[in-house]
Amino acid sequence: MKPRRTRFRDEVITLAHGAGGKATRSLVEGLFVPELGNPLLAPLSDSALLELNDSRLAFTTDSYVVKPIFFPGGDIGDLAVNGTVNDLAVAGARPLALSAGFVIEEGLPADDLRRIAASMARAAEHAGVPVVAGDTKVVERGKADGLYVTTAGIGTVAPGVELGPERVRPGDRVLVSGPIGDHGMAVMIARGELQLEVDLASDTACVLELAQALLTLGGAVRFMRDPTRGGVATVLNELAQACGCAIRLDENALPVRPEVVGTSEILGIDPLYVACEGRLLAVVAEDAAETALALLAAHALGAGAAIIGEVRSEPAGLVLLETSFGGSRVVDMLVGDPLPRIC
Amino acid sequence: MKYVDEFRSGQLAQKLAHELETLVEPGQPLRFMEVCGGHTHTIYKHGIEDLVPPEIDFLHGPGCPVCVIPMGRVDDAIALAERPEVIFTTFGDMLRVPGGRGSLLEAKARGADVRMVYSPLDALELARRNPDREVVFFAIGFETTAPATAITLLRARAEGVRNFSAFCNHVTIGPPLRTILESPGLQLDGFIAPGHVSTVIGTVPYEFMARDYGKPVVVTAFEPTDILHATVMLVRQLREGRCEVENQYTRVVCREGNPRALAVLDETMELRDTFEWRGLGWIERSALGLRPEFAAWDAEARFELPGSRVDDPKACQCGEVLVGAIKPWECKVFGTACTPERPIGTCMVSSEGACAAYYNYGRLAKRRERVPA
Repeated sequence: MKPRRTRFRDEVITLAHGAGGKATRSLVEGLFVPELGNPLLAPLSDSALLELNDSRLAFTTDSYVVKPIFFPGGDIGDLAVNGTVNDLAVAGARPLALSAGFVIEEGLPADDLRRIAASMARAAEHAGVPVVAGDTKVVERGKADGLYVTTAGIGTVAPGVELGPERVRPGDRVLVSGPIGDHGMAVMIARGELQLEVDLASDTACVLELAQALLTLGGAVRFMRDPTRGGVATVLNELAQACGCAIRLDENALPVRPEVVGTSEILGIDPLYVACEGRLLAVVAEDAAETALALLAAHALGAGAAIIGEVRSEPAGLVLLETSFGGSRVVDMLVGDPLPRIC
Repeated sequence: MKYVDEFRSGQLAQKLAHELETLVEPGQPLRFMEVCGGHTHTIYKHGIEDLVPPEIDFLHGPGCPVCVIPMGRVDDAIALAERPEVIFTTFGDMLRVPGGRGSLLEAKARGADVRMVYSPLDALELARRNPDREVVFFAIGFETTAPATAITLLRARAEGVRNFSAFCNHVTIGPPLRTILESPGLQLDGFIAPGHVSTVIGTVPYEFMARDYGKPVVVTAFEPTDILHATVMLVRQLREGRCEVENQYTRVVCREGNPRALAVLDETMELRDTFEWRGLGWIERSALGLRPEFAAWDAEARFELPGSRVDDPKACQCGEVLVGAIKPWECKVFGTACTPERPIGTCMVSSEGACAAYYNYGRLAKRRERVPA
């Protein structure tokens, strides 16, 4: 991301500052970076890359505050492991070790915590990474939503792996490894406030094998991200601004489950902004796009993978969508959470 | 997806676009107002302006329920929300709307118990579950959402739920349309009239527009082919020298509206003498308040409200945007001082607001206009 001088002017922190959109960005760039900024933090990507002797380490951290803590397709435990492993994976790293910090609200049933620990263990084993350090805090009732989990991870980046927005070129293709918006929508429905009955599970999964498969393409892979909070639209906006190119998406090519389309229509929410937790977004060179698609589709997690758009030189910094209707529009970053419309 | 894809068919759109091209007289501009914020949202989201001949210009109307709430009412809402006994419930769109002293989202961050609901019935359920708290529902919207408030009030009364009340800000669509038609220098050739409001009120309330003001009206649904279809219908009326109210949204709207919804509205609410509209000022008999029989569920009767009056910020031209006098980007502060991150005017907040829709989806079209092809 380009360094920009932004001043944080809001007087209080609101939920919008945690939604991953423009408000989050202004908080990070306007409040944290001026205090904590340094060359390693400067790219503001999911993982920092550290040089150690002759090898490169990727280092990342993430906090998980999902409500409810159990949801169709997963729970806060596997989410916390997969999320951090994925942040390493999309930096081109193989994870070495994770840490886990737990902020537990008093009153949480021990069985719930046991289930969550077991689900973390399964996810960690699946990713082939041990949890090697941890911390536990218990807070008073009402001070945390049952449980918050923070994980951090380190991994090694193989020599020759070079990824980043600066490597993206006009003509490159944008791929996604499967249907978008499943996690965010499944969690929203699981909260029960909408009184919708939809057969939909979170996509929480480890994308390490998908990322490693793409890395066999060498320099043809330019950039990878996992489109979590803020969804595909937010990641691509950050990319467009960082690489100074435009990204043109084809609405007809976007993989979205009918259940997600339907719920989105009811709520007036755009699936492009809804979180995925087991998807990989990649930018690859034009002539490698079909091979990349085949590599993704060959994997069980890549069923539904698609080439969803391409990089163009103009209009710089914007994401555009060619609608299936035949028009086009800008896909901007949201300020905060997508809010359901009134009517 | 069924019932969605059919109305977003690119093929059908091309056919309609072609028909428009044959109907429009080259070089003779036609200005149509889409009254409803939902239409504005659709026009930008699907890029409809890319498909219509350059002669056709869409102007945005006053039908965004969030956009027309004046800042003073937002301040009153915040005052209610800040009462310790109150759980203040609101539709999501209202959370970020700025009043004179911040938004509900900021009040929530400072400690007010503000909760987003999807229906007033959810607020009633909250009241049942929290008998020791006062649950107030921020009732906003046109006749589209007002019947849901009415049903909730009737249910609260039937069940004797005493800790529920509505802060009523419901407005009616007819009076602002008359205000627009009366405005000097009006340059409009026809109206794309709102669809969902019309499911409740029917099409009769628009007949004065055609009869007294000579403007064709087409009641229109919200999918992109609907809007193209309505545009074709309007141009046809003009070409054939007709001026009437036509119904494009026949799949749900009938001429008389929904008698049951109108009955519950009439049972619970009555027209206020006058009401302030964001940008449009005070309009007589343009909004609904609760009938005296429902005073026990009327937040304005039950709580002392500051009755805040806040002038619209001087720089803000929402009023001119809401009557189609200027395009969003012609506002002095559009995209500079006023953005979705820091909205000055309400039109920049809701996704149905003309400015937000334009800012989020349409900046490309603006670029095109600046650089003629």
